[in-house]
Formats: sequence, C-alpha cells, structure tokens
Amino acid sequence: MGTQSDIKLIDENGLRLDGRSAGDLRPIRIEAGVLERADGSAMIEWGGNKIIVAVYGPREAYPKHNQDINRAIVKARYNMAAFSVDERKRPGPDRRSIEISKVLSEALSAAIMVEQFPRAQIDVFIEVLQADAGTRIAGLTASSVAIADAGIPMRDFVTGCTAGKVDGKVVLDLSKEEDNFGQADLPVAALPKSGKIVLMQMDGDLSVEEFETATSMIMNAIPRINEIQRNALSSRVKVEGGGGE
Amino acid sequence: MRFLPGLKWKAEEGSKMPRDELGILSEIKKGYILRQLKEGKRGDGRTPYQFRNANIKVDYVKRAPGSAYVELGKTRIVAGVKIEAGSPFPDTPNQGVLTTNVELLPMAFPTFEAGPPNESAIEVARVVDRGIRESKMIDLEALVIEPAQKVWIVFIDIDVLDFDGNLIDACTLGAVAALRSAVVNGSAVGKEDFRLPVRNTPVSVTMVKIGDNIVVDPDLEEEQISQARITVSTTEDGRIRAMQKGDNGWFTLDEIKKAISTSIDVGKQLREKYLK
Repeated sequence: MGTQSDIKLIDENGLRLDGRSAGDLRPIRIEAGVLERADGSAMIEWGGNKIIVAVYGPREAYPKHNQDINRAIVKARYNMAAFSVDERKRPGPDRRSIEISKVLSEALSAAIMVEQFPRAQIDVFIEVLQADAGTRIAGLTASSVAIADAGIPMRDFVTGCTAGKVDGKVVLDLSKEEDNFGQADLPVAALPKSGKIVLMQMDGDLSVEEFETATSMIMNAIPRINEIQRNALSSRVKVEGGGGE
Repeated sequence: MRFLPGLKWKAEEGSKMPRDELGILSEIKKGYILRQLKEGKRGDGRTPYQFRNANIKVDYVKRAPGSAYVELGKTRIVAGVKIEAGSPFPDTPNQGVLTTNVELLPMAFPTFEAGPPNESAIEVARVVDRGIRESKMIDLEALVIEPAQKVWIVFIDIDVLDFDGNLIDACTLGAVAALRSAVVNGSAVGKEDFRLPVRNTPVSVTMVKIGDNIVVDPDLEEEQISQARITVSTTEDGRIRAMQKGDNGWFTLDEIKKAISTSIDVGKQLREKYLK
C-alpha cells in the first residue's frame, strides 16, 4: 500500500478527513443513457470520480478465432484519460489497466446471460475522466447499468464497493488520501440479490478479523449502491416512455 | 486460468464436429474429475487441500545474483533476480525499486505465443508482485545508495518453461526463493556486497472452484474445468497481504473465508517444507 504519512486520516471522534464515519459512502450519482451512439451507456459520479461507460453489442466477435460457439465473450476496456490524475498519465493501456480490464470482464461475464449470444462479443468501454480512488469498482458499478441500458439480459446487477484500512481502522469506500496513505485496500463486487462475489482483489495488510469486518461493511453497503443503480435505470425508462405522466 | 483459446470446441462452418482432440479429452476428463471430487479425491490422487510436490533449486543461474528453478508438479519455471543501480521513482526517493515480469514462453504450451506479455501473463506477474511487495518482504529503504539519486533496482524475471496449471503459486515460490538467495553487488558502486535485505516469507496459495468443490494448487485439467479461481498471499504472522479472484465464476463470502484459512494453513506447510 501507500507510503507513510504524517497526516492524521481519522480524528479523535472517529471522523475521516471528509467528515465521514467509518461505514459511510461518498455521494454516488448514476445516470443511464448519456451517449447517443452507444447501444447502452451510463455516467457515474462517485465522490470525485467521474467515469463514463459505453456498451456496444452483442455483435459478432472479432477476430473470429476469439469466438466462443457456446457464449458471448465480454470485453471490458478500462482506460484512464491522460488528464484524469494529478500527473499526466501516458495514454494507452498500461499493465495496471490491462489487469483491471481482465478482472472487470470476468466480473461482468458472471452476471450477463452470455449463453444467449453464442459467437458474439459485448464491448464495455470504461473511461475514467476524473480519478478519485475506487475507479475500478465505480466503473464496474456503472457498467452494469450501461449493460442494462443496452437491453442485454443479466442475472443481476454487478455492484461494487471497496473497504480498506486507514490509521489501523477498517473503513468503507476509501478516499484518495486514504488510498494513498492507508494500509490496505479491498475492492469487491457482488451480485446484490445473491451476494455472490464476482470480483475481489486485495493489497496491503489485513488480519482475518479485519478482513471479516471489511467484507461485512461492503456487503452492507452493496444494497444501498444497488438502489442507486436501479433508480438510474428506472428514471431512464420514464423519460423514454414519454407522456406517461 | 484461461490460457486455452485453442482448446475450445471449434466447429468450422457447416460442421458440427469438434475439431480439437484436447477439447474432447477434457470433456471426458471433466466427468471423471467431477465424479472423483464427489468422494473427495482428485484426478491425480491428491486430497482437495494437498499441494503438488515442489522441487526448488536455488542459485540455478550463476549469472544472476539470485535465481531459482521450480517444478510444481509438471509446471516448470525459472525465476531470476537481477539487481542494478538506477534512479528511484520521484514519489519514493528513499526506496529501492522492485519490478516483476512473467514470460509465458511459447515452448511452455501450444497456444502460448511469442511477443509482449498478454493479459494472463500480466495478471500472474502483478499478483506475484503484490504478494511480495505488500508483505514488505524486501526492505526497500535499505536499498538506497544516494537518496533521491541512486537506488538498487530489483528485477524479478520469470520464465515459464512448461505449463501444467497454477502459475501464480509456482512463480511466487520461485520469486521468493530467488530473492532469499540474492546478493547485491555493492562493489559496483564502491561498497561491499551484501545479501538482499529480506524480512519475511510471503507465500501465495491458489484455489479453484469445480462444481461445489474448492481445490488447492489446480493442475491444468482442473483449471480448464473450473469456474473461478482465488489466490490468497499470506505471511508467517498469518496476515493477508494480497488477494485476487479470477475467471468468470463467483464465490460466496463463506467460500472466500474458508479459502483464507486454507491459504494460511497450506502456506505454513509450504514455508516449512521449501522456504526454511
């Protein structure tokens, strides 16, 4: 995890730098159907993160030797804009974003009814416009809204959240400072109805007890985040329906 | 780990016949492996939590200041550590640098291709790296030659020679063994040679889910038919240092908690057996 810091990230009242307590989420806003051309799209603002997701497909998988005759392949491409972080990020995929793209593709494959679309490919383009810690799970959370917006059948949403350890204390939804100077980071994504875990990564230093606290915080937050996903979709449907009210 | 695009049933236009013999074989094997697992046995006779036998030879490459050859079952890798003086990262001027790279050589498997690392190779390298980095195995602060100017850069490069499953654990074992044996060539900067400052011994344990069963250290056939994979890296103090879930399937939280305690137990055995 990050380097040592002299900044106190949690004050004597247990409050964090941005005033949150340990189990609080940052504000999350999701809007579905934000792009014209894509088959489905969504924008998420999660704390200071601004991420836009576009979905194309299902369409014929290319190159052809990648086709799976039994199911669709899901290809997520996680990309950080050059201007999304303090120091300019060199454009194009680096090793971190290649790994993230892989685990996001796998997480989405668990939710999408891929068996309905043999030989097809579903592309999910995740563009991080402004990064503020937790970009992979914010991008993933928006992706499942964009996939639903594209009308692609899914077993459930995919809903993500992180927890971590800051000043020796387990907290939910790390901010940028907490991510940089914390002692552990645990991004998780699950299917909210069943609680099945489709993404989990961890780095840092956690005891078994701390892991259990962190995951129970996350599993607690997931229904709250899923509610925001659902609202984003239902308000989209109302607009599209037109003249209902 | 899905390295195996060539092993999927590939039907040509107008043909319903699967072309790939290995694909058919794996369907037959799948039934066998699943039947065996119902009785708590594995295709090769192991129990679900049993690691394959490993064979580790350190100082395998004399040109490298640290190296190890690892056989994990029939998976074979060579890890080499090179240590050179260079510039630190601007944001960590008082730390040495650690980098990990894994090459899936075309000799190791029919569908591995030459060229820059693909996403599978990158994932293996990054999970191995995370286990070593987050455990703080190497005291990077002790690798400063001149603050903000010159530090030791530790390159871990791993060649995969023969692939029979569970690359992450084979590569972690190799990297850790190679680092433990590594000597820094201090004379290159007018100082004395010294052993790479090693503080602890991270071990990764990878498990896959096949049906409702979770097995440790999957071989190739088990990886091919598994739905999901999880790696947990721990240190000897029983703390979790890195995790990675992979593949298209899912785990319940209880399965993951069980995987963590399995990793701690199996990790202890591996440390005792191979990294004393």
